[in-house]
Amino acid sequence: MSRAETERRTGDDDRAPEGPGLLRRAPGGPGRFHRVLGGPGLFRSELIITVRRWRTLALLGVLAAVPVLIGIAVKIQTGDDGTADDGHGGEGPAFITQVTNNGLFLVFAALAATLPVFLPMVVGVVAGDAIAGEASAGTLRYLLVAPAGRTRLLLVKYATTLVFCLLATLTVAVSALATGALLFPLGDVTTISGTRISFGEGLLRAGLISMVVAASLAGLAALGLFVSTLTGSGVAAMATTVGLLITVQILGAIPQLEAVHPYLFPHYWMSFSDLLREPLYWDEVGRNLGLQAVYAAVFGSAAWACFTSKDITA
Amino acid sequence: MTTVIETHGLTKRYRGGQLAVDRLDLTVPVGSVFGFLGPNGSGKTTTIRMLMGLIEPTAGSARVLGEPVPRALRTVLPRVGALIEGPALYGFLSGRDNLTRYDCADPTADPRTRAARVTAALDRVGLTPAAGKKAKAYSLGMKQRLGLAAALLQPRGLLVLDEPTNGLDPQGMREIRSLIRELAADGTTVFLSSHLLDEIEQVCTHAAVMAQGRLLTQGPVAELAARARGRLAVVTPDTGDAARLLKELGVTGVSVDAAGGRVTGDPPGEEAELSGFNAALVNGGVRVRGFGIERASLEDAFVELTGEGFDVAG
Repeated sequence: MSRAETERRTGDDDRAPEGPGLLRRAPGGPGRFHRVLGGPGLFRSELIITVRRWRTLALLGVLAAVPVLIGIAVKIQTGDDGTADDGHGGEGPAFITQVTNNGLFLVFAALAATLPVFLPMVVGVVAGDAIAGEASAGTLRYLLVAPAGRTRLLLVKYATTLVFCLLATLTVAVSALATGALLFPLGDVTTISGTRISFGEGLLRAGLISMVVAASLAGLAALGLFVSTLTGSGVAAMATTVGLLITVQILGAIPQLEAVHPYLFPHYWMSFSDLLREPLYWDEVGRNLGLQAVYAAVFGSAAWACFTSKDITA
Repeated sequence: MTTVIETHGLTKRYRGGQLAVDRLDLTVPVGSVFGFLGPNGSGKTTTIRMLMGLIEPTAGSARVLGEPVPRALRTVLPRVGALIEGPALYGFLSGRDNLTRYDCADPTADPRTRAARVTAALDRVGLTPAAGKKAKAYSLGMKQRLGLAAALLQPRGLLVLDEPTNGLDPQGMREIRSLIRELAADGTTVFLSSHLLDEIEQVCTHAAVMAQGRLLTQGPVAELAARARGRLAVVTPDTGDAARLLKELGVTGVSVDAAGGRVTGDPPGEEAELSGFNAALVNGGVRVRGFGIERASLEDAFVELTGEGFDVAG
């Protein structure tokens, strides 16, 4: 009998009322969160552990620095008169030419600049380290003996990684907004469709886009978590995840492989700009979120199958 | 329930084909302090990991605290405290935060009393003064204590301690030994693996000896030690005569330590005959200054079972 079966059986067993994965009498209330994760304690602990690591803070610092650098570069290039240097308009990341007119566009420019490499790299590091890092530190065996429960620990790790995706995206967005407000004028936003919306609505769009960008990373997060269950070395898992990301990005850039492009997780990433249209254009964004959900389901299941049947010898 | 750990034919064969544990039938009586002995690589840690649900057995069954593992791990493990192959800590967290982390992992632990539990556990192992220090600044002994504290977060029915005094100074070893006695007096069964035979002899009521994956023997410590036969020792300046006479009397394996003035050998039968040996020696003109049976220690029993030297089993 595999351990996966064992866990399921234990969960269905009435003699196991304290089963972490399928708590019957939830101590903190009837919410689904409590039934699945056995209370918010481990999740909160996981979040604290993630953000208290020096490495995490350094990565977030790098992410926060990117919009500042872009902002300064744009400012220097355009001089002090506040007009865009349209001679270079066709080059560089999307939205960069609008930044001088409206600092809010630095948010979109910074997200467009970090989404292909920086953001997923940071998420890959955190996701790859999730299980493998605990294994190489030896803390995994104590968590499991505590007993955290394998399914519960994996769910908590994935939930934490998703929260980190949002945190990383918001770090870029907030840093970009602050830099943009400081260096450039703010005001009404001209959408891609050419209409104007108020600054307030522009801010809401920025928030919405941040959520979509964060959700775009869910597939990679699941992939990283799966890799993390395969090895006992945190560094190896992080390197593999980031390596896979780079490989997929390269495959996505080869025109001869067009047939497989729609199945690669970064394929629809840049569709978030459709949310700057008037009215909102959801088609590609929806396809992106659907693709992420498929990746999350496939690699999440693979991670679960692998982790729940694995011998922990580290 | 009269046994805390009971295994039947417990076997682990690793993927490479190596047989780590071979048909182990272990019985740990309730309330005992059970010493688990064996050379490095004899399968002790694999056995402990199987009992804790970290490794899945290839064959056989095991019950811990009366319930089958790994089936009922979720109800069993909260009542088990474990220290497996040394402590594993989050170096960037303080000692207190490390314990909080492990306490969070236990879904049966009440979050409202978490702080009090952690404080009590720190106090119990004498770490209160260093509770706020980062764990990476701890000495090996302090880490070991913190690992023990994690095992003592809850009142436990069973404590599994793998080499608990590793890295401790003599003072620390004494403290841990008295802690083990204290816990045993409270009714906690302690399953202790150690290389230090005198340690086992000092604190354990029962012991088992493993070698090359097989259980060689198990039972009360006094019985195990008694099984190794005592040696007859004669202290005399006339070592040559004494050795000759003893051989004539049927004593086997006679060895002479001329410089130390000692002759030792294995007596042929019951101890009742020994007074006659003494008389024979005196009648033979041997100046007997000391005469008696040297009681065998657990170490003698161990060496008799596993052979000389702590060789790593191949």
